[in-house]
Amino acid sequence: MQTAIFWLLSVLMLLFGGLAVFSRGPVNCAMSLVFCFVCLAGLFVTLDAFFIGIIQILVYAGAVMVLFLFIIMLLDLKNERVRRLSLSSWAGGGLVLCGFLGILGKVLAADPRLSMAKPALASPPVDDVMAVGAVLFRNFNLPFQIIAVLLLVATVGVVLLSRKEIK
Amino acid sequence: MVPTLSNYLLVSGVLFTIGLGGVLLRRNILVIFMGLELMLNAANLSLVAFSRFNLSVGDLPAYNAQTFVFFIITVAAAEVAVGLAIIVALFRAKQTVHVEDLDALKF
Repeated sequence: MQTAIFWLLSVLMLLFGGLAVFSRGPVNCAMSLVFCFVCLAGLFVTLDAFFIGIIQILVYAGAVMVLFLFIIMLLDLKNERVRRLSLSSWAGGGLVLCGFLGILGKVLAADPRLSMAKPALASPPVDDVMAVGAVLFRNFNLPFQIIAVLLLVATVGVVLLSRKEIK
Repeated sequence: MVPTLSNYLLVSGVLFTIGLGGVLLRRNILVIFMGLELMLNAANLSLVAFSRFNLSVGDLPAYNAQTFVFFIITVAAAEVAVGLAIIVALFRAKQTVHVEDLDALKF
């Protein structure tokens, strides 16, 4: 059961990820990416990370992708004209990707510790949010506050960037 | 056979490769940006997988990794906002999102 859910979600996620990257229309790309992120949230839930799964849906599938769709509609992008990539860029890109996959397969096959099954939890993590929050506020309090400043800087920066003329 | 750690890492690696392929092979700057998001999410998946498979004291998942994922998602949200604002400004100036037409910085 667990295995079936894992493979179903993974295959769907990779399928929609591939569609998101390689379909023509920008709106199609964005919608496939939304489904990809929803499947990824499902994978987080199979790993008992309920809080991360929920913020994945809220922040990524919700906020970030709505922002993407707004920009695509604002810019009124048409489908791309078919432009051939040069053979050398296809070859170079394919070489980098195949090399990366090859190294990944080698590393995953080499280490026997990676083929372990999920260890059993003491209890089902129903208080997932509390546990993440405790770590966040005890061990990572300073980074948490710095990230608040980062968000403020990003907000101000976006307002400045989107003005008609930057003085 | 229950999914193992290397299954999760394999899926995460393939997702990363798809994102990298989008960045390398596409020419629409918005789609390149989406490929970047896919790569960030692949890293998140491997972090959460490691947190679940390496239990900390008391047989709980290692919540440090999930906190890292929380930070990554926050930074990615800020990054998307700034990046899309830059793309809009670029589109205003050049009327295109095709990276081969955006060669003003090319040497």
